[in-house]
Order: sequence, then structure tokens, then C-alpha cells
Amino acid sequence: MRKLSFSMATCEAMAEEMALDDKIFVMGEDLARQGGIFGQFKGLPEKFPGRVIDTPISETFIIGGGVGAALAGARPVVDMHFADFIGVCMDEIFNQMAKVRYMFGGQAKVPLVLRAPDGMTIQGAAQHSQAVEAWFCHIPGIQVVAPSNPEDAKAVLKAAIRSDNPVIYFENKILYKETAMVPEIADEVPYTIGKAKVRREGKDVTIVSYSIGMKNALGAAERLAKEGIEAEVIDLISLSPWDKEAVLTSVKKTHRLCIAHEAVKQGGFGAEIAATVAEEAIEYLDAPILRYGAPFCPIPFAPTLEKMVRVFPEDLVKGIKGMFE
Amino acid sequence: MKVSKEQALKFYETMCLIREFETSVKHDFLNGEIPGFVHLYIGEEAVATGICAALDDTDYIESTHRGHGHCIAKGADVDRMMAEIFGKKTGLCKGKGGSMHIADFSVGMLGANGVVGGGYNLAAGAALANKMILKNDRVSVVFFGDGASNRGTFHEAANVSSAWKLPTIFVNEMNQWASTTPYETTTAVKDISDRAKGYHMPAVIADGKNVFEVYAAAVGAVERARAGEGPTFIECKTFRVEGHFVGDPELYRTREYVKENAALNDPLTWFDRTMTRKNGYIDGVIEPQELEAVRAAAKEKIVKAKEFAMSSEYPDPDQYTADLYL
Amino acid sequence: MSIKSYREATFDAMKEEMIRDGTVYAIAEDINGNGGTHGRYTGLGEAIGDPGRVIDAPISEAIIVGSAVGAAMSGLRPIVDLRFSNCIPCAMDEIVNQAAKSRYMFGGQAKVPMVIRAPDGILKMQGAHHTDCLEAWFTHVPGLQVVVPSTPAEGKGLLKTAIRNDNPVLFFEHKKLMAMTGEVPEEDYTIPFGKARVVREGRDVSVIVYGIMVSRALEAAEKLAAEGIDAEIIDLRTLSPWDREAVLASVKKTGRAVVAHEAVRQSGFGAEISATIAEEAFGALKAPVIRIGAPFVPIPMAPNLEDLCRVLPENIYEGVHRALGRQSDR
Repeated sequence: MRKLSFSMATCEAMAEEMALDDKIFVMGEDLARQGGIFGQFKGLPEKFPGRVIDTPISETFIIGGGVGAALAGARPVVDMHFADFIGVCMDEIFNQMAKVRYMFGGQAKVPLVLRAPDGMTIQGAAQHSQAVEAWFCHIPGIQVVAPSNPEDAKAVLKAAIRSDNPVIYFENKILYKETAMVPEIADEVPYTIGKAKVRREGKDVTIVSYSIGMKNALGAAERLAKEGIEAEVIDLISLSPWDKEAVLTSVKKTHRLCIAHEAVKQGGFGAEIAATVAEEAIEYLDAPILRYGAPFCPIPFAPTLEKMVRVFPEDLVKGIKGMFE
Repeated sequence: MKVSKEQALKFYETMCLIREFETSVKHDFLNGEIPGFVHLYIGEEAVATGICAALDDTDYIESTHRGHGHCIAKGADVDRMMAEIFGKKTGLCKGKGGSMHIADFSVGMLGANGVVGGGYNLAAGAALANKMILKNDRVSVVFFGDGASNRGTFHEAANVSSAWKLPTIFVNEMNQWASTTPYETTTAVKDISDRAKGYHMPAVIADGKNVFEVYAAAVGAVERARAGEGPTFIECKTFRVEGHFVGDPELYRTREYVKENAALNDPLTWFDRTMTRKNGYIDGVIEPQELEAVRAAAKEKIVKAKEFAMSSEYPDPDQYTADLYL
Repeated sequence: MSIKSYREATFDAMKEEMIRDGTVYAIAEDINGNGGTHGRYTGLGEAIGDPGRVIDAPISEAIIVGSAVGAAMSGLRPIVDLRFSNCIPCAMDEIVNQAAKSRYMFGGQAKVPMVIRAPDGILKMQGAHHTDCLEAWFTHVPGLQVVVPSTPAEGKGLLKTAIRNDNPVLFFEHKKLMAMTGEVPEEDYTIPFGKARVVREGRDVSVIVYGIMVSRALEAAEKLAAEGIDAEIIDLRTLSPWDREAVLASVKKTGRAVVAHEAVRQSGFGAEISATIAEEAFGALKAPVIRIGAPFVPIPMAPNLEDLCRVLPENIYEGVHRALGRQSDR
């Protein structure tokens, strides 16, 4: 166990995997000299000369080239700078990366990891703050993960690199600096994509979240505990596939469900969770499902406005207390 | 460039196979036997043939929605190609892809693409992997039309290929038509290969009906690529004889125009005419009856391919979720 | 009233609006050569007496959409056509980061009045690159509006609203609609966004649908009626904004809901509808909310596999039975 930041934990995962398999390489903007704009690739260029490649500002190449490299037998890890730029290479993700294996009847595989730093930092405004994971949960052929702490950051990234499927790894920009004790990973299977973790057990209400949203979930649970409400907190970690069973099992126990994410509420992944419970476990519910996400507007710049589009633990506390009235 | 008579006959065999394949597909599509979208390569056979003849089996090509010719020239099995176009389980992609998504990884054919301009970056990426990561000397070819050269993806792939001297070969099939729009309506340059200059990439213009000229250009480009000298742009002047897709009413051009240009640019009649008399491409000549034998064999092969496709089953329904995740 | 195909009705909408307003223009690939996909633009330039306002674009979705955003911000009202919804990702940044946000980011200085027409859906064996239904992505993007018409008359009224509207609008039209015929009013009319339409009144179950699924739900409802089951069918018309009130009112009346679309089920727009019902009509629900959509695969080519990805009247019929059969014991 050592204390590591989220970003250092991802560096460690990369270094360990790259040492095991020389087909793994890294490609993106500003990596070789700067170690990534958030330091999430620090040290790799020195350790693996020639395998950390600086690309032009050319997202269609970063993804399309990654797909081509994977088809040729390499195992690329590519970086998107900011998840907001994913739109520029949406065709490469949606029509190529996700579909080539299926369209070609299993002749090909695309073992590619797309690292996508997302979410609001301090005043990144409309084009550098978005959380767009829901789009990719609607795309068959891709796996989507969004870890919430340094320990998972490392294990999940290692699993993503070992996966033979294309994986989008959303890493929240605020979380990069978070530190925690991270164990050495000796397991052959560092993490199984699709598995949720129960972060806190409770009997009164289930709170489901992922990535930065876990701060709200755990923060709210702590406050609720002081008021005698025991929340069970589930960290999905993986969104596609997602651990439906874990959520259904918990809801059947607690009879109440609250979902929270930083992304826009309308059309967000929370809707999928809520809709699934409404279809498969509604008879267990004692209260309406609560769903938190950003309001329906782009991320504004001014701090007073940006605050309005964030979800806070108090929001969850207030809503959940209302479930018991 | 001179080649052996055997090589010339091999070219002819491939071109005839493509022509017969496309003719059969057209017929079956119009008959209602093949649904979906089908885009034909008739008239452009010398391009795929000349380019792919310069490649090894382990080299890669990225194809387009008009991809049957590339697939055949790269050595794919025509029985399994035809089965794929009919959506049968014996198809190259087990019936999941169809005409627009045909691929044969066993011969380095990395797939046709339903997205115009979708293949450039994939080809550049395969080139990058081979040169920089896997350290072998395989080259990647990307085929694209004049219309597709207007996609931003071309420019992004051209830039990295040249900046890193990747073994990417850009093969432009300048067939005069961007879907149903004449290329000059939306394109400023007369020769698409002018664009190579902006990327410091050498460019060659080849007569797309002359398989020898295309082949020579490809051999040069492959040599450069394998020597680590980077990408080459080959523009092949050709003509799209058929509509954009089979069933296209072609309201945008006259029959006379098509007939005239098809005759001027047809690679098979050019080959017949050139090879049966003294020429600069082979020693001696090829007798008309030798050419006739090749044509007949190609025809028979395609008749068999159709029989194979027709006698194959559709995929088992439970296969619809297979081949997605590993 | 006259009988018109969807293609003709939406052509008339464009023609009338382009004659009425000289700032409206259309740009797409092959728009003159072939009249665009399904011939939706054939003869448009002549019909409005101004062929210069019907522009052939290069094969470059980025320039088609990007230039339209620029033109819209400079005072024009572009109609752009992307041929197939699968071409949309090639212009995703232009739509999501430029068209959707320019007005908001610039504090209301600009407006982006543009319509993006995108034919979608399964026709027959067109494979994985020409068939996807992608509306859900855009309902998650603030700044955009999303329209999915269901009939010729609806198509005309909604397209006119989209053209007159000052926001960027995604206009998804199922390929099976193109040849569909129906009665279309002669007079000038528009259909407001965010107002659903009750296509069929019923008391037993609410079926919430949009686009091509409306006619399929009606077919299912007829079969259900023969069994004494009275389904209420709601056509959402627009998904962003969407008419929550109409849906909630209906579900509060019937106590049961079935949501259906052709898009992939996971994380589709049906999830938003179901989730909203589960949150806001919870007390009225007598049964689980049933959600129907395509399975989690790209569209395969082989016809028998492709059929497994369609959402047909029988799937809705069966969904209604599920909603009626599994009583909640709550």
C-alpha cells in the first residue's frame, strides 16, 4: 500500500502493462514532452522510448489511427485531451471502433483504450467541462468505465488495457489530484469490467453513482447517517456493461433508489438505471425514484452560474429525506 | 515497365473476375435477389488490380463502399464474397456485413467502409503500428474517390503519414463523380494529387485504364514505403461507368456521355487491344483465344460463386449477438 | 385536404418556407444531382424560382454543418441534409460544440436557426453504417431541439416550425416514412414543439411512441382492441423539448405505460421517458413500466438477423400484455 494520486495510479497501471506487453503504445497530443496535460502519462516517455507518440491536433487520426493500429495487431491507448473533443472523432468511435469486429463477423478485434478526461474543473466553460458518457452507453460494441478513486483507477485501467474490446475510460479531471492508499495489484484479474462495488452498506435507501458523482453519494450517506438514515452506496465503475443485478439486489433490500451523476439529467445514464428499476423492480419500491443530474444547459463560465449546474450532497440529502416523509 | 506474359495474364484474370463479379451482382440486384446497397466497380478494375499486384498478402488495404474490386484484387475468395453479399452464413463476415462492409483479414483486406472517407486514418494507424510498434515492413494502402478527398479525414491522415514517414499509400480513384455530383462542382483542383504537395508527399498520376501504368506506380510507392521514405499519392484517372449505386436513376448525366466515357476508359478493351499487338509492356503478344479462355474461366468462377451463395444458409438467428464483444 | 406522400409533404413545407423567406436555403451532397436521398429535393430550386438557394456540397459533413452554423449566425436559415443519420457523427463536434452552444456561450449575441434533416432507421439490408437511430444522443445536448415526425401531415407542419424556429433542430425522418401517404391540409400550418399528440384515446394502458413507431403502435392497438384492451397512444412529436405533462397525465389515467422506439434500448430516449414516469407518476402506476427498443448490437446485414433488430407492432402488442399481466403487488 502506498499513497497515490488518481493520476499517478493511472501512470502506474500504464507502466506495469506496457512492461508486460510491447504491443501496447500510447498516442495523443502533448504526451511525450509533457506527460499529458494532467500528468496522467508522466514518466512513460522515458520508460518506454518510441512507444509514447505525440500526435498532431487531429482527433480523427488519434482514434481512427488507433483503430487501424489495433486491427494491425498493436494495443493502443489513446488520449482525448478533453472528453469534449470526442465529438470531432465521433464517426471513428461510433461507425469504426465500435462496429468493425461485428460487421466483419469477428475477423477483427479492437483492443483499444480511449482515455477521456471529463467533467467540470474550475470554470472550464461549455467546451471543456462536459460529461458525455451516456452517448457511449447507447453504442453496442464499446465498453464504458468511469472509476471514482485511485485504487479503482489503477485496477480498472489495467483491466481496460487487457480487454480485447474497445474501452472508453472516463477519468474525471477533479479526481486526478485525489490521493488514497493504493494496494499493489498481484491479481491476474485486476478488475472485471461490468462489476459494481458496494461502497457502504445500508438498509434504508440505495444511492447509485460513479466517477466524481461518488463524492456526492458518499457525502450524502454520511450526513444521512447522522440523521438515522442508513444509505447503501453503489459505485457502478462500469457503465456499459453495467451491474444491473447489484442495483436490483440493493433496491429490493432498501426499497428506495436515488441516482446521481454530473452529466445533464435529460437523456443521461441515470435514466437507464431508473428505467431498468421501474421495469424490473417497481413492486419493491416504497417511494418514487430520485434522479439527479445537471440542468438542461451548457456549462456556463461565471462561478456563480457554474455552481448552479453542479449537483451537491445537500441536494441528495434533501431529496432522500423527502422519501421518508 | 515491362512484365512477364504470365504476370500480364494474371492482371487480366483479376480484372475479368472483378468485371464478371460486378456484372453478376448487378443482375441479381436488379432482379431483387440482393437487397441493401450495392456500389459497382465496373470500369475501374485496372486500379485495384495494378495496386494490389504490387502488394504482399501481409500488406493491408483499406477499402471503400465501392469495395468489391479491391477485395477480389487483394485475393479474397469470391465464393465467400458472393455469399456475404447475399447475407449468408458462409460469407466472409458471416452475413453481418454485406456489400458495404466486406472484409477479408486473412488476405490483409481490412474492410470496405460505409462512411465515405472513413478509411484513411485506419490505414495510417495500421501503417504506424507496423512501422513504429510492431517493427515490420508491411505497407498500408487506402483507396478513395475524388469525392472522398474532400473529407477532413484525408488531410489528417496525409499529414501524419508524411510527418512520420509512414508506409501509407494513398490511392485516389479519380472517377469523375462524387456520388451523383460531378467532382468539379465541389472541388477546386483538377488533379486531386495536387493536394499531396501540401503534405510534402510525392504524387504520381496514372492512366487508370492502363493496369501496367498503375502497377508501375504502385511498385514505386511500395519500394519507397518499405525503405522508410514515407507515403506516396497515386492518382488514377478512371471513370465510374455505373450509377452511384445499383438502381440509381442517373438523372444527372446522359446515356451518351456515359457510353462515350466508358468506351474511352475501359481497362478490358484497352488491354485486349494493346496485348494482341506488339506493345511496350510484355515481350510478344497475347493471342485473342488466350484472352477468351481467361474471360470464360472468370465467368465460370462467378457462376459457381453465385451457386455457392445461393446454396448457403442464412446465419442462425442466435448468432445475431455473436462477434460483438470478446 | 389532399393525399400526399411524406416526401411530397415535406417538399411543400420547404418550398413554401423558401418562397416566404429568402434567407432559407438548402445544402447537401447530391441535392441537385439526385435530389438528395429519397429524392426529397428534386426540383426544389426551380419550384422556388431560385436554384441558387439549393446548393450541392462536397462530401464533407464538417463543412456542410459547420458552414451552416456560420451562415445561421450571419442571418441565414439553412436547411442541411445529412443523407443518413449515420453521417451525423462526422459532424458531431459541429453540432454539439458549435451549433448547440454558440448562442449560450456568447451570452445570447448569436442565434443559430438551422435544421438538420437526417433519414434514419432500418429499411432493408443496408447494414451497420446506414441504419442507426441516434436521437437519444441529441436529447442529452442542451441547446438542440429534436423532432421525429410520424406522418406526412405531421412532417409538413413540424418541418415548417423547424425552419421558422430560431434554434438548431435535428429532424429525424424514418426511411420507411418517405413513401407513406396521408391526408395533408392545404392551408399554411405549423405544429408547435413540445406538444404531444394523442393519436388514439384509451383507458387501459399508455403507449408512448414517436416517428415510425406511431403507425406500428396503432396497428398493435387495433389487435389489442379486438381483445378488449383499450390502448392510449401518444405521439411525442418532439423529444427535446418533450411533453412530460401529456405523458404523465395519460399514465395517471391508465396506470400503465409502454415505451417503444427503434433505437437501441440501452440508454435510448425511452429510458428518459420511463425514468420520468417512475419519478413523477409513481403513485399512479399499477405495473412496471415496459420499455421496448433494439437489442444491443449494430444492425447486421443478413435479413433474418436484421429482423431481430426491428421493433414491430407485435413487439408493442406483446409489451402491452406484459404491462397488463404483471400486476404490481405494491
